[in-house]
Amino acid sequence: MFVAIVFALIIVASIVFHFWSPWWWTPVASNWGNIDDTIILTFWVTGAVFVAVCLFMSYCVWEYRYRPERKAEYKPEDKKLEFRLTWLTALGVVALLAPGLVVWNKYITVPENAFKIEVLAYQWGWNYRLPGDDGVLGKTSVGFINDDNPYGLDLSDPNSKDDILVMDADLHLKINQPVKIELRSLDVLHNFYIPQFRAKMDTLPGIITYYWFTPEKKGEYEILCAEYCGTGHYAMRGYVKVDEEQDYSNWLAKQISFEKMLTKKELNKNLLIAEK
Amino acid sequence: MTDEYTDNKIETKAADSSSGSYVPPAETIPAQEAPDQELYHAKSFWTKWVFCQDAKVIGIQYALTATAIGFIGLILSWGMRLQLGFPETFSFLGPATYYQSVTMHGMIMVIYLLTALFLGGFGNYLIPLMVGARDMVFPYVNMVSYWMFLVAVLVLIASFFVPGGPTGAGWTLYPPQAILPGTPGSEMGIVLMLVSLSLFVIGFTMGGLNYVITILQSRTRGMTLMRMPLTIWGIFTATVLALLAFPALFVACIMMTLDNLLGTSFFMPEIFTMGEKLEYGGGSPILFQHLFWFFGHPEVYIVALPAFGIVSDLISVHARKNVFGYRMMVWAIVIIGALSFIVWAHHMYVSGMNPWFGFFFATTTLIIAVPTAIKVYNWVLTLWRGNIHLTIPMLFSLGFIVTFVNGGITGLFLGNVIIDVPLSDTYFVVAHFHMVMGIAPLMVVFGAIYHWYPLITGRHLNQTLGKIHFWITFVGAYAIYFPMHYLGFIGVPRRYFEMYDSPYMTSGVGLNQFITVAALIVGFTQILFLYNIFTSWYKGEKSERNPWKANSLEWHTPDYPPTHGNFGKELPVVYRWPYDFSVPGSDKEYIPQDVPPSQVPTAKAEQT
Repeated sequence: MFVAIVFALIIVASIVFHFWSPWWWTPVASNWGNIDDTIILTFWVTGAVFVAVCLFMSYCVWEYRYRPERKAEYKPEDKKLEFRLTWLTALGVVALLAPGLVVWNKYITVPENAFKIEVLAYQWGWNYRLPGDDGVLGKTSVGFINDDNPYGLDLSDPNSKDDILVMDADLHLKINQPVKIELRSLDVLHNFYIPQFRAKMDTLPGIITYYWFTPEKKGEYEILCAEYCGTGHYAMRGYVKVDEEQDYSNWLAKQISFEKMLTKKELNKNLLIAEK
Repeated sequence: MTDEYTDNKIETKAADSSSGSYVPPAETIPAQEAPDQELYHAKSFWTKWVFCQDAKVIGIQYALTATAIGFIGLILSWGMRLQLGFPETFSFLGPATYYQSVTMHGMIMVIYLLTALFLGGFGNYLIPLMVGARDMVFPYVNMVSYWMFLVAVLVLIASFFVPGGPTGAGWTLYPPQAILPGTPGSEMGIVLMLVSLSLFVIGFTMGGLNYVITILQSRTRGMTLMRMPLTIWGIFTATVLALLAFPALFVACIMMTLDNLLGTSFFMPEIFTMGEKLEYGGGSPILFQHLFWFFGHPEVYIVALPAFGIVSDLISVHARKNVFGYRMMVWAIVIIGALSFIVWAHHMYVSGMNPWFGFFFATTTLIIAVPTAIKVYNWVLTLWRGNIHLTIPMLFSLGFIVTFVNGGITGLFLGNVIIDVPLSDTYFVVAHFHMVMGIAPLMVVFGAIYHWYPLITGRHLNQTLGKIHFWITFVGAYAIYFPMHYLGFIGVPRRYFEMYDSPYMTSGVGLNQFITVAALIVGFTQILFLYNIFTSWYKGEKSERNPWKANSLEWHTPDYPPTHGNFGKELPVVYRWPYDFSVPGSDKEYIPQDVPPSQVPTAKAEQT
């Protein structure tokens, strides 16, 4: 009696917790609202199954608790029931999987007009690179990295000269402009994750990974590293600021291209030599 | 009526085909095909209790060693929880120590506690007894298996004392960070971890071959495959999985050791770190992840399948009712085991592997939900119309159902590739896997210990302490992990030493403190359990023979508790499955497996 009630109460308490708890996801700030929809669908379907199974179990514990005069049923199998339950479950699984795969297809299909941004991860921080007017990011290799070339850009690639280097943990994005995030790492695994955008992907040394989204809400969002990357993992943060067109242009105007950086460094060097 | 008739026919046919031979009419006993096994008879204290070849003693050695290292894992979790709940009060733990605790906690619990306990502990103790064998087929190899396991554990412990401490690479040990200086324990710690894992795999392979071959070759007469208790089916399938999956871990460990010590580049691409380019180049970190999870996903079922099997038996015995849908249960175990080899990359949806893999692995992963759900239905339907004794094993079994269903359905979130994108690497994952492969299997471990303790020692565990142990552990663990899912919904990432002041994370502070307090209470309750185990060994209430009135062979040995050689002069002969409870027409409430139909002429048991 007591046991059945406690088990039922735990299930009821779980439901109450769900409705009363203040803990729920942050409002979505990108186009990935339909990820939330698939979660909600899964939540209610599986939640209903969980509650039904556990309450049925509690009912059995109460109704069929030990009595000396009771004799348990002897029924090794019930083909019809097993058959029905199997197909019902299979249908439920299809209903959860199908919409999920549709959204995943969207997630990995980058729209043509997406603006490419390179996210460069290292232990423990973030840098960014935007394509210049040509709209193409220049080739890179860690072998090219030196003090003058912190991103390891390929100097022989004509596309690399006008690339804009954002050597700062904060990145600005234009609102409603789809972006393709191209992820690169210098050292170990990291993961570029902004909870409000719902999207994430690991960065790896040696290959370029990607994902895309459209920021749809103005604001400032914290970047978290979501793949364990060593002692400083928890401190590897930054901010994405989603701006209106004008603010974005102002910010962009302040950034410096690779070519300019090289000439500036060259100038500084010459100055130093001249001073001597 | 017609329905039942066809059912019977199909059942007989299935039994025939699965055992691969003709099943004789129940009353004729086939002649013994091979002579009785020659056993090694221990003469001294050392060969009897230390370097012992008796599977029962080896099982206990495995269980005690696993429990001891498990307690270290438990204590490590307290350190983590104190840091997460009260970062200001308990500032003694730096980030390096925190990450080392996370890593060692994970590895210890998954490999050295759960795998060793289910297969090495329960497997060794129960397999020969339940299939009607005198011992494992290779007792000497079995002994070596335990000692290899012990050495693996000692090497693991040694890593706590080397310069730099144990590895803090996370239990997944992902390269390149695992062997680069930005990670704690990247000097000797990681090497010892990889060596320890390799030793574990070697030791396990010796044991695993024993379990599989004993089950296939040493079953007593009449013990067809379709008459084996589900405990044995679970352990058998899990061992097959382990024998196929552990080699992937083994090669991954060897290759990473070479990368680390000899400078090869299996997993290491060109890397620029600490202001210089390393000499590595050309390797792939994702290759390691594929190898690791090719082992790692079956590993989940290596822990879960024995739990599935054992809990089926516990529910059936304590509800006095046959396991509902036994054949379906067997096939579900086998199908889950087979599918578990083609779902591994669902741990890698956001790892940067080819995104097209997502479609395939999401589909296979969700297909596993079907046989798993069938098992859940059948457990609950076994309770239905039963006569349920609310003994402690039954309580733990009920706790298992709740936590397993909870952890199972969150698997439907994480397996569905697009839902995994926001939730992976958050506390949702931590809550999910603790519920489904931490708490749920542990519920079964506890239930099984309360169930078989009388068989091992001849005494019962203290019932009052047991009930306290159950309620605090079950309710407490549920209170830890159920709310933790919501931290994951918020987006709080796992493996964060400190949350700082992100607005959506500070809202979880109170929750984190609550979880920490609950974790400490649950943890300390396990000490009570340990106390119960040790004191009941010599002070516990004496148990009569077969106290739960079970049918399987281990309770029907001539000596109770069973002694060396298990079955005295004659091996038992089996006539039925182990679930003939409350058979209509019979005056007996239960009919043990070795009772021939002639002794229960009125019983209308179905042919099994």
